[in-house]
Amino acid sequence: MNSPQTLKADYLTSLLTDQPYLSASPLTYLNALRAEAIDRVSALTVPTLRDEEWRFTDISMLTKTPFKPVRETTELKLIDIKHFHIEEAITRLVFIDGIYAPHLSSEQKIKGISVTHLKADHSLHTATIEAHLGRHIKFNDNAFAALNTAFLNDAALIFVSRDTKVTQPIHVLFIATQKDTANYPRLLLLSESNSKATIVEDYVSLQDGPYFTNSVTEIVLLDNAHINHIRVQRESTKAFHIANCAVSLDRASNYQSVSVAFGSRISRYNLNLRLDEQSECAVDGLALISERQLADTHTFIDHAKPHAVSRQMHKCIVGGSAHAVFNGQIMVRQNAQRTDSKQSSRNLLLTNKARIDTKPQLEIFADDVKCTHGATIGQLDKEEVFYLQSRGLSELAARNMLTYAFGAEIIERIPVPSLKLTLEKTVLEQTTIQS
Amino acid sequence: MILKNSKILLEVCDLRATVNGTEILKGLNLTVRSGEIHAIMGPNGSGKSTFSKILAGHSAYEITGGTVLLEGKNLLDLAPEERARAGIFLAFQYPIEIPGVVNSQFLRLTYNTVQTHRGHEELDPLEFDDFVREKMKLLEMNPDFLERSVNEGFSGGEKKRNEILQMAILDPRLAILDETDSGLDIDALRIVANGVNQLANENNATILVTHYQRLLNYIVPDYVHVMEAGRIIKTGGKELALELETRGYDWVGIENDAAARATA
Repeated sequence: MNSPQTLKADYLTSLLTDQPYLSASPLTYLNALRAEAIDRVSALTVPTLRDEEWRFTDISMLTKTPFKPVRETTELKLIDIKHFHIEEAITRLVFIDGIYAPHLSSEQKIKGISVTHLKADHSLHTATIEAHLGRHIKFNDNAFAALNTAFLNDAALIFVSRDTKVTQPIHVLFIATQKDTANYPRLLLLSESNSKATIVEDYVSLQDGPYFTNSVTEIVLLDNAHINHIRVQRESTKAFHIANCAVSLDRASNYQSVSVAFGSRISRYNLNLRLDEQSECAVDGLALISERQLADTHTFIDHAKPHAVSRQMHKCIVGGSAHAVFNGQIMVRQNAQRTDSKQSSRNLLLTNKARIDTKPQLEIFADDVKCTHGATIGQLDKEEVFYLQSRGLSELAARNMLTYAFGAEIIERIPVPSLKLTLEKTVLEQTTIQS
Repeated sequence: MILKNSKILLEVCDLRATVNGTEILKGLNLTVRSGEIHAIMGPNGSGKSTFSKILAGHSAYEITGGTVLLEGKNLLDLAPEERARAGIFLAFQYPIEIPGVVNSQFLRLTYNTVQTHRGHEELDPLEFDDFVREKMKLLEMNPDFLERSVNEGFSGGEKKRNEILQMAILDPRLAILDETDSGLDIDALRIVANGVNQLANENNATILVTHYQRLLNYIVPDYVHVMEAGRIIKTGGKELALELETRGYDWVGIENDAAARATA
């Protein structure tokens, strides 16, 4: 039997136990990539509070649970997941515990867009897959990205062809159904020149026990591409969710993202974004947590080239004895002249026991730039509460309205009306304190 | 309008208040009867904005003496929301922005909350929509306002119009307009003033708090009070405002000092 101590020491390798049962991929490069990832997993250790990048986020609790990879798929019917559907979505990819579920996914074909998965027949896309899958996420120093890559067996693949523009969203739904399991969702989105698409990356659960989601997403925007990326983390409150996302923006492309974190006992979202010349991004986030939840968002926005624009608004609403972490690094490289960057971290504490650590970091090596950043942590503004009271609302109603509004400001930016409405309801429920 | 035998709405007697230990109001007296429009003028720092906020129940001020009665009830015992339900309305100098809350929802919630406490029926969204659109015409507001977040990205003039719209909806007995003219261009001022004039009737009263005489060309007061150092030092009719405009606030102070010496 493993004592907690020994389990922690070999925790990452213990997670690899079932990896050898994966069948070899027909893509030779992928087998090599997996082997390399296994090497890295074996060499790396689980990060602790002593690591700078993890100093506020204690994940030792994760290492006390010996999660097993999913060996058997759960049978679900369409009716079981109907409530997760997004009515505007033209097409849907569903993964149950990381395994593709064809009968739950929609097969509708859209001209110019290929929505498929890695284990399907992808002879048409072999070159594209090889050029991008696993190429944008760096796992050399990232144990969880390495672990996901070691288990890279299937993946959601979305290819938007040149000049194709689609307004309706593509829904990628990852459902967790088995407790004590680890699942490894993987997503690749390639948006070719002058294309436009909206994608919803959605993590949900159909059970209440602990499980571990370790996901990797790669998003590539070629010249002039435009992507709306909505990321919804609404896992069960006992889940562990560690996610890595790499976004690469080529010249004059535009990436608009809203990510919300409502679920998980412990969640960590790493977003790594590289901006080429004249590209633009808006990266907005909301963590709304309570009880003993921990939600950590780490973003790295890399102004690698001149004339790029970045906008970031990250908000946390923290109740109970929950703990939110935000670390937002913005790098402006030496030749990234005329960079225009604005970052704002705004945080609301609802109780005395709630905790927030926020660290906006601006590193500028160019001299002709326009960069601002700021962080606020606080309780509700007294003047705002008074304003609402002076209109007849009770103090409690005023506070509830302002707390809701604080979160809704981010949700409002989601360009999918039905999803926006659903999430607004969640925010309303979680921010309403009854008298 | 000054009416014979109209009843007293507001009675302020020797009101004293401090903020962080500093006395701001030093024995203020004011009586407002229904139907009347009062202007309170005075230089910056005279305490006129403080007085407005105290009437609305702002918690930053400590009342150290005096009484305030609204229709005979002790106003100082009431929480801000209870004052609003009892008929006090303060139009803010700097209305706050509430991104994330749609204006129409906000207006309906405040309307229904106040109506319920006054023993009236609530309006459902459709009924309220008709009701609010009618009120918006008064202020020449574009219906788009309803779908925007409360005051978010509104110009100064739009914010002030939104304040008067709330006043129109909540139907107060006593409206206090704190520097409503500040930041308004001449067209916006005309629209806002027109709204206020149309809302004034024999059953309600209005207090205009302003630094400048300009607003009073559009909303003609029955009484003009000059405030200085936490007191009302002079009261007159609308012509007092014009005199202040030409002679400045110093003149009242000098005249007052002279009067004080004469009586001493």
